[in-house]
Amino acid sequence: MSANGWYIVSALVENKPGVLFRVTNLFRARSFNIESITVGTTEQQDLSRMTITTNSDQRTLDQLVKQLRKLIDVVDVKVLDLDKSVYRELALIKMKAIDPTTRSEILNYANIFRGNIIDIGKETITVEITGTPDKIDAFKNLVEQYGIAQLARTGVSALPRGTEL
Amino acid sequence: MTGAKALIHALEKEGVDVVFGLPGGANLPIYDALVGANLRHILVRHEQSAAHMADGYARIKRKSGVCFATSGPGATNLITGIATAYADSIPMVAVTGQVPLAMIGKDAFQETDIIGVANPCTKYAFQPKVATEIPEMVKKAFYIAESGRPGPVLVDIPKDVQQATAEMKFPDLIKVRGYSPIVDADLSEVGKAVELILKAERPIIMAGGGVILSGAFAELQALAELLMIPVVTTFKGKGAFPENHPLAMGPIGMHGHPEANKIIIEADCIIAIGARFSDRSVGRFDEFGKGMSIIHMDIDPAEIGKNKSVDVAIVGDVKSSLRTLVKLLGKKVVKRDADNPWLKRRKEIIQYYQETIKDYAREITAKKSLKKLRELLPANAIATTEVGQCQMWASLHFDVISPGTFFSSTGLGTMGFGFPASIGAKAARPDVPVVDIAGDGSFNMTENSLAVSVLEKLPVIVFLMNNYMLGMVAQWQRTFYNRRYSGVHQHQCPDYVKIAEAYGAQGIRAQSMAELEKAIKTALKSDVATVIDIPIDPDEDVYPFVAPGTSLKDMITGA
Ligand SMILES: Cc1cc2nc3c(=O)[nH]c(=O)nc-3n(C[C@H](O)[C@H](O)[C@H](O)COP(=O)(O)OP(=O)(O)OC[C@H]3O[C@@H](n4cnc5c(N)ncnc54)[C@H](O)[C@@H]3O)c2cc1C
Ligand SMILES: Cc1ncc(C[n+]2csc(CCOP(=O)(O)OP(=O)(O)O)c2C)c(N)n1
Ligand SMILES: [Mg+2]
Repeated sequence: MSANGWYIVSALVENKPGVLFRVTNLFRARSFNIESITVGTTEQQDLSRMTITTNSDQRTLDQLVKQLRKLIDVVDVKVLDLDKSVYRELALIKMKAIDPTTRSEILNYANIFRGNIIDIGKETITVEITGTPDKIDAFKNLVEQYGIAQLARTGVSALPRGTEL
Repeated sequence: MTGAKALIHALEKEGVDVVFGLPGGANLPIYDALVGANLRHILVRHEQSAAHMADGYARIKRKSGVCFATSGPGATNLITGIATAYADSIPMVAVTGQVPLAMIGKDAFQETDIIGVANPCTKYAFQPKVATEIPEMVKKAFYIAESGRPGPVLVDIPKDVQQATAEMKFPDLIKVRGYSPIVDADLSEVGKAVELILKAERPIIMAGGGVILSGAFAELQALAELLMIPVVTTFKGKGAFPENHPLAMGPIGMHGHPEANKIIIEADCIIAIGARFSDRSVGRFDEFGKGMSIIHMDIDPAEIGKNKSVDVAIVGDVKSSLRTLVKLLGKKVVKRDADNPWLKRRKEIIQYYQETIKDYAREITAKKSLKKLRELLPANAIATTEVGQCQMWASLHFDVISPGTFFSSTGLGTMGFGFPASIGAKAARPDVPVVDIAGDGSFNMTENSLAVSVLEKLPVIVFLMNNYMLGMVAQWQRTFYNRRYSGVHQHQCPDYVKIAEAYGAQGIRAQSMAELEKAIKTALKSDVATVIDIPIDPDEDVYPFVAPGTSLKDMITGA
């Protein structure tokens, strides 16, 4: 068995009820290990794009793609070439921040990571941060010391670069 | 026109001539629309059997069988039959009633989310929300069920959608975006296969269920006779190739023919045709085909590399791919003569097992009974089987002569399949004898279909190898649990002759080979179903046996 790699699978699916259920049920039934899955509308009204990230070996990835293609509601499936794609995730991170030094340190880090402060309360600061999952991990690791009160990540959205389709 | 009428009309347009089903509250409008329709409705006594009958019908006709059930328990009763068809890639359209749209999600009476329940065992499922969607959905259901790798499709129709009246359009052409099965093979892959085959010294054909699904019997035979090489099958592929052919070796696998299991491990190139390398056929995936080249022909791209990495993959309908392969090979192959070393080895192997395997010594045994049955049945008779030892004995001792006349629940191994499936087969081919090769435990599960067989004048023969035992399980308990029997005895209950008679069928007990011969002859002449109750020894094991998790070379022959 080959080593695991991190992959982004991009699928165009029919934009109708039940499709997400069929896809996730397939993953469960065949024990595919999914890290994140996002679904949203596309430039075409009747199609949605699902972006799936997974840590898999090559053979499992191959099966995942083929089994997805088999679903009637799945119109197209591609494994994205990470070098030729853009991919981003958004995270909202709420931290405990009462004393002024902590507050200014968090503001500083958020700045460096091009994050936005989207909420400040008496005891918390919430940062919005966009980037590759690695970048979000890095920020999270940095601010963990202050105590993360709540965290929400969207999962990855991705598109091929330039004229690649 | 109402939605229900539109459904019936759409079925008629698909050429459906028979449906199997049972009514209830949520499909009353459909049953009302059946009155005066140009369809034969066969009323079952349990919905599971409706699905198995539709399945048996589909296996013979090689087009979708159709079954009906009401919502809730009617629909869930269908599920075993739908899952059975799914596991064996059988085309089927199952139509269920559903509670009215406004009641969905309210835990209404007899509401079951049948689309959710059926999702893992259907190729697709439709639920029309307005009546005008019905004609197109039905058309798509048949297209999806029958094309590519076949499978069951569910159409779940809310009661108010059945009742609604609208102007209907029946499309002749439909397109399903996101679904485009591959039919014709990639020529360059076929070219690579040709090279591998020409290089091989001991190539072998392993024919699977895909050959039967595709009806590629003549094409398979052409390839075998062109190359003059041995042909083994999977159990599902049993009868893809005439088993009395001089190149035939029978099924491989857990209970494969010993000579087939032996010869395939001596081959250097396996041509797998419409087979999915199931654990029951090949044993351990990593051991199977080690050091050999493997060519895999299959219509489903997802089967390529799923269980077994292969050297060449030819994706497409085997009927078409085999034609191409035979054409390309024909230009290059030097025909082997009948006494080349590989075919000589084949003879040696067959002879070796003929000499070493001793028959179970009893007046009446499974093997002797099945040989007698074969002898008395015409070549074109159809056989279905139940599940267990009876099924494996059928695999070992009942030769299929006319391709595509043997059918079994192989992937799911559903006890109770064989009898209703035989009735479905008889509805499809009333002109030939149809026999269910049965075990007592399995027959027990769907024996109430005797009523259907009698009332609908679909006389089939139940060839009941009766050990009053869940014999296959008992064998595993003998083998792996030191003969500690648990939950396998049927305690001489019921009396199957009386069961047959209670339904107005014929019951005959055969306790000697002479009685058996007479019983088979009587059954073949009968115009009602006949149950032939054949008491056999409950201690008899099925051999050979390749224990789970081991490989074909570890076969125990019991000799
Ligand atoms: C008690 C019991 C014991 C069993 N013992 C054995 C045993 O000893 N040996 C054995 O082999 N099996 C055995 N089985 C059956 C086993 O479980 C599998 O069902 C069987 O091996 C599958 O065979 P298959 O791959 O040929 O067929 P299928 O499961 O029918 O698969 C068919 C393949 O062909 C492809 N296909 C379909 N249509 C086409 C087409 N038109 N063109 C090209 N490809 C197509 C499909 O995509 C699929 O990959 C046993 C079952 C039971 C219940
Ligand atoms: C519906 C179902 N339940 C349980 C099993 C497990 N099982 C496999 S073979 C078998 C025994 C079958 O008994 P019988 O039909 O009498 O056949 P025999 O093995 O005795 O020939 C059982 C219980 C099954 N295959 N299907
Ligand atoms: Mg039994």
